[in-house]
Amino acid sequence: MSTLLEVSGVSVTFDGFRAINNLSFAIGQAELRAIIGPNGAGKTTFMDIITGKTRPDSGTILWGEKSVSLLKMSEAQIARAGVGRKFQKPTVFEDQSVQENLLMALSNARGPFAVLVWRPAQEDLDRVRDLASEIGLADALPRKAGELSHGQKQWLEIGMLLAQEPRLLLVDEPAAGMTPAEREHTTEILVEAARTRAVVVVEHDMEFIRRLNCRVTVLHEGSVLAEGSLDHVTANKEVIDVYLGR
Amino acid sequence: MSRTPLSQPRRSFVARNPSVLVFLAVLALFTLLVTGLSEGFGVGLISTSFVKTLGKTLTLALVAVAMDLVWGYAGILSLGHFAFFGLGGYMIGMWLMYERTRQIVTDSMANATIPPSESEIVDAIGTQIFGVVGSSEFPLVWAFADSLALQLLLVVAVPGLLALVFGWLAFRSRVTGVYLSILTQAMTLALALYLFQNDSGLRGNNGLSGLQNIPHLDHVPQSVLSIWFFWASAAALALGYLFAAWIVSGKFGSVIRGIRDNEARVRFLGYSVEGYKLFLFTVTAMIAGIAGALYYPQAGIINPAEIAPIASIYLAVWVAIGGRGRLYGAVIGAVFVSLVSTWFTGGQAPDINLGFYTISWVDWWTILLGLSFVAVTLFAPKGIGGLFDLWAGFRHPDRHGADLGPDHGALREKEATE
Repeated sequence: MSTLLEVSGVSVTFDGFRAINNLSFAIGQAELRAIIGPNGAGKTTFMDIITGKTRPDSGTILWGEKSVSLLKMSEAQIARAGVGRKFQKPTVFEDQSVQENLLMALSNARGPFAVLVWRPAQEDLDRVRDLASEIGLADALPRKAGELSHGQKQWLEIGMLLAQEPRLLLVDEPAAGMTPAEREHTTEILVEAARTRAVVVVEHDMEFIRRLNCRVTVLHEGSVLAEGSLDHVTANKEVIDVYLGR
Repeated sequence: MSRTPLSQPRRSFVARNPSVLVFLAVLALFTLLVTGLSEGFGVGLISTSFVKTLGKTLTLALVAVAMDLVWGYAGILSLGHFAFFGLGGYMIGMWLMYERTRQIVTDSMANATIPPSESEIVDAIGTQIFGVVGSSEFPLVWAFADSLALQLLLVVAVPGLLALVFGWLAFRSRVTGVYLSILTQAMTLALALYLFQNDSGLRGNNGLSGLQNIPHLDHVPQSVLSIWFFWASAAALALGYLFAAWIVSGKFGSVIRGIRDNEARVRFLGYSVEGYKLFLFTVTAMIAGIAGALYYPQAGIINPAEIAPIASIYLAVWVAIGGRGRLYGAVIGAVFVSLVSTWFTGGQAPDINLGFYTISWVDWWTILLGLSFVAVTLFAPKGIGGLFDLWAGFRHPDRHGADLGPDHGALREKEATE
């Protein structure tokens, strides 16, 4: 299986605190991966590094078939290369309608001049409607995103992520604030997405991860502690000590 | 009755932006009214100087629309747009002054026994224009002053280029928020201080004057000229408003409002935030330049004091009072505040005698303006434009076709509006 993203030997220090310590990580073209770890293990910083928000002090990050380095690219370039990110706290554009939010995320030209003259074609509107029904917001298209409930905002953000059609999805705690039924639906969407692309899920909820049924990477103090199936890592003595045992 | 999934079909630009049509209609009516009451074309109820004031007000409304695009929509509090406005004024002022001086010089030399050579004429123009700053040489910046077409091009090119270079440096370094405001204010101040120097090439603190006299149009009285400029200002405002409404109506509008609300999120969607900001900053600087080029021939004089940072701050105050993030709000703010300001500072407002102290509005107007700015920011962040929301709420409920009540038997939105 060819690798989509390869992170090797990455370290980053904030004011003397080593948030990520010689971390290496790889994920394939179509793979679902869960990342767990105690608070402060560096899960969010890890995502920040991949998406270009934080620059590592050392290490390499290679992307795609051509093994391009992501370190020299801006956040927007990395996003255009195919990395989509969902934040822990739902961040949608509250002042704009659900439809506008989704249209903005659709994978179309991103340059200012192209966007200036761009007007949605029927297929774009159809795509938005399909996405909206998939995330259960079909009736809410003209509503302002700010009026939505917390759970609906989570959904909208997942919809925006899907609309972007990224090759790698980074999802930070997708199930937070969702009902059991919604969690199940989220699981389905993520598993479905992972058939065609790489998906990395950061989550605390072990039940949720068990349902994802995928390889698990355990982070601790900024580096990989264990990797393998959920049963494998949960049987690991060190993992029990630093994470599960508490 | 089955619930059909809602979708928003494509509608025409006007249907999506009804306020644009209303605005243009009001502007057209206003233009007709002023023309009909003017001295030049109508019954003469409005004096020529007041027509000029109104024409100037329309150009201020245009620069306010530009400010609203950059601040109200994209969240960049620029304190430099009046500098771009002034630069536009300087660019057109150079041609106006050069050409008019050339006319005067050639007329006075026409009776000489030996016809003057071209270089003698140019020297005489130089002496006329730059005598006040103790020079007679044409500085480099006047290289194109003899060509109306080139100076008109410079009206948009000079502010545009300055905004492009400044914006590129500032946005690339990710300077945002109040730091960007301070930086733009520093740019404005530096430009004003530079222009105050006698060797800046633009006549120092004398500025350019006599701009109300349009070359080759000596036979046209000011009462008629003022209406021509009033029409040009109204047309420029209409076009600028349409252009701004078109910019913000589509996805570009979504992206810049996204940048205002959460810049990082827009980046993670793959949009280069810097490119968008730079585009908007430059385009609005050009619009400001055009507005300035229409303002100063009506004002008659431009000097570096006009570019001082306080002018750009006033611009922000107008947009805030009128209502940020809606184009008609910016127009209302600029028109309302600048006309009220003219009234107060023109000595027409009656002083209030408190017995022990007399409130003279010429001095106290700034304080009143400052207080209203604070009040609007604290209590009515939507500004005057926010009043229109109240009216829209009374008129009919807007549920975008969804149910109004708890079940299908409840009042439908369609019924409620009829």
